[in-house]
Amino acid sequence: MSLVHATATILAKELRTEFRSRELLGTTIVFVLIVIVLFSFTFNPTSSESRRFGPGLLWLAFLFAGSLMLQPSFLREQTNDTLAALRLAPIDPFSILAGKMAANFLFLLLVELILLPVFAVLYNIAIFPILAPLVLVLALGTIGLATTGTVFSAVAAQARLRELLLPLLLLPVLAPVLIASTEATVGLLRDPSELSPVWLTFLTSFDVVFLTAAWLFGEYLLEE
Amino acid sequence: MPGSAAARSNYCANWSRAEPSGVSTPQTSSPTNGPSDGRNGGPNSGLTVRFSGIEKRYGMRMALRGVSLEIGAGECVALVGHNGSGKTTLLKITALLARPSKGQLTFSSGNSTLSSDDIKHRIGMVAHNILVYDELTAEENLVFFAKLFNLPDPVARARQSLEPVGLSRRASDMVRTFSRGMRQRLAIARALLASPQLLLFDEPAAGLDPEGQQWLGATLSKLHAQGCTIIMSTHGRNETQGSVTRAIRLEAGEVTHDSGPNGDPYGVLALAAVRETAEGDAR
Repeated sequence: MSLVHATATILAKELRTEFRSRELLGTTIVFVLIVIVLFSFTFNPTSSESRRFGPGLLWLAFLFAGSLMLQPSFLREQTNDTLAALRLAPIDPFSILAGKMAANFLFLLLVELILLPVFAVLYNIAIFPILAPLVLVLALGTIGLATTGTVFSAVAAQARLRELLLPLLLLPVLAPVLIASTEATVGLLRDPSELSPVWLTFLTSFDVVFLTAAWLFGEYLLEE
Repeated sequence: MPGSAAARSNYCANWSRAEPSGVSTPQTSSPTNGPSDGRNGGPNSGLTVRFSGIEKRYGMRMALRGVSLEIGAGECVALVGHNGSGKTTLLKITALLARPSKGQLTFSSGNSTLSSDDIKHRIGMVAHNILVYDELTAEENLVFFAKLFNLPDPVARARQSLEPVGLSRRASDMVRTFSRGMRQRLAIARALLASPQLLLFDEPAAGLDPEGQQWLGATLSKLHAQGCTIIMSTHGRNETQGSVTRAIRLEAGEVTHDSGPNGDPYGVLALAAVRETAEGDAR
């Protein structure tokens, strides 16, 4: 079975499972909403402060959302040891990771797109003029978040204290994505707006490196 | 008609009824061109599994110590031994779910040795856990796995697989609503989905009531009659041991008793039962 076909099959299963229960999406949206509102109340930023610090707060909120949302990605497979069932199938082991990465990317992007208007209203930021480049930055940052998070979720799922381990592993590794995404978003909110090629290249390189690493070592990551 | 060529002309897992029209028969791609007698390595035969000095270490603990065995095509082997003796580890290594720390595992069909890429679609496993998703229906689970095994017409194959395990009426129900026995039946349907040539069962009777055990015993007999190689770990005596042709006892990761392919397995099974009873009494 081709890698693409197996990945698509696993992605479809992940989407079906999540959209049936909506547990993860619902919880994460509420959580990020609370974080964004609390940040807003705590700092009560002016318009210029919002443009300067808002992107950092926004990406921090997305990072927290990622660490919450990515945790069950492989934990769910432990309930009936369904990861073993996936590994018994004659498919490329990377397709298991790729299917979950794709699902996590879509879930996170959906959460971000839902929360972006809330952020714009609370922080008094006009996002519509920069929507297209902003979505590009969101997509690149979210690929990094989903790729790294899925890999570490696979690692953490087999460890003791797994609930604590994922954020501990994930947050330091994602610091470069956080910085690059924040800087790229700050550039977009400047007057005049600017899409920094440096940060875009940085985000793309991060995504490519982690995807390649996951492809090379995917089989070992999924072993007991 | 156990052992007959006619019986073995079916695929291992097509054990209960004829294919419905519109469902193509699965084709296993055995590299041999031998006769279709299971024990001669024909296209429908079971697999031969060879363990050479297999060792498995989990940190400081040795789970398996130099296991060397050859399990021939069409054998039905019971692995016995108390908890922690290495039965599950041996099954996991056979299913390619765990790598041995040392030693070699080879699979062959007839005279041809199979590569690991070639082997996965020939193995079915029923593990301790049921290996199906609680959040999906019985049919969705089987369709999902049929797609992963690249089987033609996954929906028809899933429905066809649910019938012999008696779950057709519950096909659209979520697995989380199933009883233990029904979950075990679904696990068996999943394992048999791709018509495997080698079936691995890890304590398949665990949690089944006497009726369920009887059903499982009959199922194993049919699969064995059709030429499948079966390796199962088991505790004590139960209905699933009826078709066992060979018994192997493991103790602390070593093979201590092996009835051999032509020996009497029930001696080893009886010994295992006596030891387990004694250990139980001692506790």
